[in-house]
Amino acid sequence: MTLRSPIGRARGLGSAKSGMGHHWSTIVTAVGLIPLSLWFVVSIARLAGADHAAFSAWIGQGSNAALMILTIGLVCYHASLGLSMVIEDYVSCKAKKFAGLLATRLIAALLAVGMTVSILKIAVGG
Amino acid sequence: MVEFSLPANSRVQTGKSHKAAAGAKNVKTFKIYRYDPDSGSNPRLDSYEIDLDKCGPMVLDALLKIKNEIDSTLTFRRSCREGICGSCAMNIDGSNTLACLKPIEDIKGDAKIYPLPHMPVVKDLVPDLTIPYAQLASVKPWMQTQTPPPPDGERLQSPEEREKLDGMWECILCFCCQTSCPSYWWNGDRYLGPAVLLQAARWIHDSRDEMTGERLDALEDPFKLYRCHTIMNCTKTCPKGLNPAKAIGSIKTKLLQRGV
Repeated sequence: MTLRSPIGRARGLGSAKSGMGHHWSTIVTAVGLIPLSLWFVVSIARLAGADHAAFSAWIGQGSNAALMILTIGLVCYHASLGLSMVIEDYVSCKAKKFAGLLATRLIAALLAVGMTVSILKIAVGG
Repeated sequence: MVEFSLPANSRVQTGKSHKAAAGAKNVKTFKIYRYDPDSGSNPRLDSYEIDLDKCGPMVLDALLKIKNEIDSTLTFRRSCREGICGSCAMNIDGSNTLACLKPIEDIKGDAKIYPLPHMPVVKDLVPDLTIPYAQLASVKPWMQTQTPPPPDGERLQSPEEREKLDGMWECILCFCCQTSCPSYWWNGDRYLGPAVLLQAARWIHDSRDEMTGERLDALEDPFKLYRCHTIMNCTKTCPKGLNPAKAIGSIKTKLLQRGV
């Protein structure tokens, strides 16, 4: 129960003066992923049935490795933005929300770094 | 966490049944949500059989007939009965709309009538709109200027500038859109909601207003504005045919124009 006035509740803590950056990043990564997703799907389809050596040779090419790293980076960033939004929407417990937002960012960063290192290892080291 | 089921004391039970008078030929059943917080009992769904041959064409006509002739305890808001005041906003046949603008013949089967969703209920079909009204006040829905008004006339705007307000000034603040928005259901304490943001947009786009930057500052917030995920329930349900989602999009565009 609260005896705070309705206008006091409505104004709350005021504006965070943020949100536009998140919105813009979501749009940029979404637009960027359209051509990258098409490239990825077409590339994988063309490699259908190929063996490990063929995959390694494909990813060993500089342009493919660069596009793959870019795709992974954008996917992880876009996914972390989207998951953050879902957590903010549906989790009202502040502790759980904070933990969820922290985990989302850390896991996304971990996945992005891990996959980038794997690609570089194949591309550079063979 | 979000609650997807009603708490035990809010579950709707079967209520009383009121039969039509003998000899009625064109009978339609209205199932209406009844709740009195002072009674301590759960809400119930009462059934009223109405002879449509002796009733006006709109749902509000049926509600008035019920209140006048069958059950005077039925409580609902109404005033203008022509879609201008927004008082009789309620959930009819699964959609938020105005009872005075909803033809009975558009409803197939029994007509189910509930109060606007996800708001505290004062009684029966009357929701408590205190917070949406306070949220509306928080966006200062009036003209703010630094320039004094012309001494010999009104503040002017060109026909093109005036045209930009079309689709926004017509809002009657019935809050059908506000209470149809899932984002508002889950985060109504922080998200301003489509009706309030439509009003905010109405003043952001008004060429006579001189506080556009301050208005945008006040809205740039992950919750106040950016909880809108373009679900479009607001636009689908607006009984006046307005597009609050487009208005919210226009605020986001203004912020992008300012920041990018």
